[in-house]
Amino acid sequence: MNLNISFGQYCEGNSILHRMDPRMKIIASILFIVVIFLAKNLFSFALLILSAVVLIAISAIPVRIIARGMKALTFIILFTSIINIFWIKGETELVSFGFIHIYLEGILNALMIALRIIILLVGTSILMTYTTTPIALTDGLEQLLAPLKVLHLPVHEFSMMMTIALRFIPTLIEETQKIMNAQKARGADFSTGSLIQRAKALVPILVPLFLSAFRRAEELATAMECRCYTGGEGRTRMNILHATSKDYLFCAAFVLLGAAIILLNRLGGYALAW
Amino acid sequence: MRKDSHGAKVPWHTTMAQVELKNVSFTYGDGGPYAVRALDDISITLGGSEMIGIMGHTGSGKSTLVQLLNGILKPSEGQVILDGTDIWENPKKIRDVRFKVGLVMQYPEYQLFDETVRDDIAFGPKNMGMTREEIETRVLEAARFARLDEGLLDKSPFELSGGQKRRAALAGVIAMRPELLVLDEPAAGLDPGGRLEILGSIKEYQKESGTSVIIVSHSMEDMAMYCDRVIVMASGRIMMDGTCADVFSQYDELLPVGLDVPQITHVAAALAKRGVDIGKDIYTVKYAAARLSEYAEEVRRRES
Repeated sequence: MNLNISFGQYCEGNSILHRMDPRMKIIASILFIVVIFLAKNLFSFALLILSAVVLIAISAIPVRIIARGMKALTFIILFTSIINIFWIKGETELVSFGFIHIYLEGILNALMIALRIIILLVGTSILMTYTTTPIALTDGLEQLLAPLKVLHLPVHEFSMMMTIALRFIPTLIEETQKIMNAQKARGADFSTGSLIQRAKALVPILVPLFLSAFRRAEELATAMECRCYTGGEGRTRMNILHATSKDYLFCAAFVLLGAAIILLNRLGGYALAW
Repeated sequence: MRKDSHGAKVPWHTTMAQVELKNVSFTYGDGGPYAVRALDDISITLGGSEMIGIMGHTGSGKSTLVQLLNGILKPSEGQVILDGTDIWENPKKIRDVRFKVGLVMQYPEYQLFDETVRDDIAFGPKNMGMTREEIETRVLEAARFARLDEGLLDKSPFELSGGQKRRAALAGVIAMRPELLVLDEPAAGLDPGGRLEILGSIKEYQKESGTSVIIVSHSMEDMAMYCDRVIVMASGRIMMDGTCADVFSQYDELLPVGLDVPQITHVAAALAKRGVDIGKDIYTVKYAAARLSEYAEEVRRRES
């Protein structure tokens, strides 16, 4: 069993993106997602690809790492595009075999969806996970959502839950590995046998893993209470987030990108529209 | 030793397992950007009816070494040879190696999972494909070695105390009747009573089964009290290998690598400085007392 997960992991560095206010990065990500779905023709997609390349360049994250992260998601991307090939009906029929009809529009649509997913994943993972530590990310999210406190939504609790969940992912992976090794030492076999046998073989891992997760949760809760944690009420911060003019400019760039895409959509006319 | 049908003592195994590491190196995250070399060109032979202690500072490679012995980890370079064959020659047979070389990991109590202590101890023998009667004998035998009351066997492992859980996990490995039993920090985190109980039961098991037992420990006192042979590791290499007397007498070299010697060895060294030299090979209180009275006798003789 391979427990190496590189997608969505923070990647140390000191680029402009690394130093940027996490709130602005979250807003920029949302803007970028909207922009991606605005793109409708060849020109606008070319601009999108260009912007993704620019993002990779200024983040200074090695392309190798990004490619490795995307590799894990190949299946999802292929699956969604292939379904589209068979699903979309259009005017130019290419293949007709029994109940299978493949149209040119379907293939173009599939390509577009694959491109959209790839750009979306690359863009958001660079803006958020690769260049932002989980703590900065949840901090930013908490402050962005702060206005919702008026509606009595537990914003602080929500972000604390996220911080804790992110914090414990590597710990639990390590724990799983240890328990697996211990059961292997007693002759447990996880890789052979029928599906049911393999599922059964997971019991000796899952029971200790759940128990240890509960134990950790309890210890953490006690430790937090010992330090007088009472939730977000009246809490002050060591790291106060400052958005500079650069950060605002960065967000503005995404708004401009959106405007450019809308323009390009019209420029291309309908002949190139997908 | 067990007794056969005539009441004569027989050892568990007619052959004695021997594990040999040949130029073994191990690197975590091999080839990646964060590769760490944990073991560096180690060659050593372990086995024989004795208790072997492995000691070393945190990060010296002890835990990596013991996980190589039963094929939990695969060496980056070199060979692990069990009874003459490389254990990685046929990776499909690695389970058989794990039955021969039993490994009790650090904090093994967190690996208990089954509904009753009995079922949990039976996990290993069951994986070996034994009959129900054979499993039952092994469970009882292992429970006896681990000093677990038979009354505890039908309880849930999660109802036991910390020390009992640790011993139940130990029984789970002993039940496989390994030819070589390896324990990584078996007494870590236990109170002094619990320490003595578990180490005592391990020593007793070693003597009775006539097998080899390897324990990894930080405690020099434990090493001095229970081990016949001590291996000292420092930064992924073997620094010393010998009897307790051999190793602890070189205590000028142990201190710089972050290790200590038993307190009584310090006492003997301090005495030597003040002119009372009772020898450098002092590592148990009993032996020190004997040597001291010999020394006193000699002084009295010289004076008269």
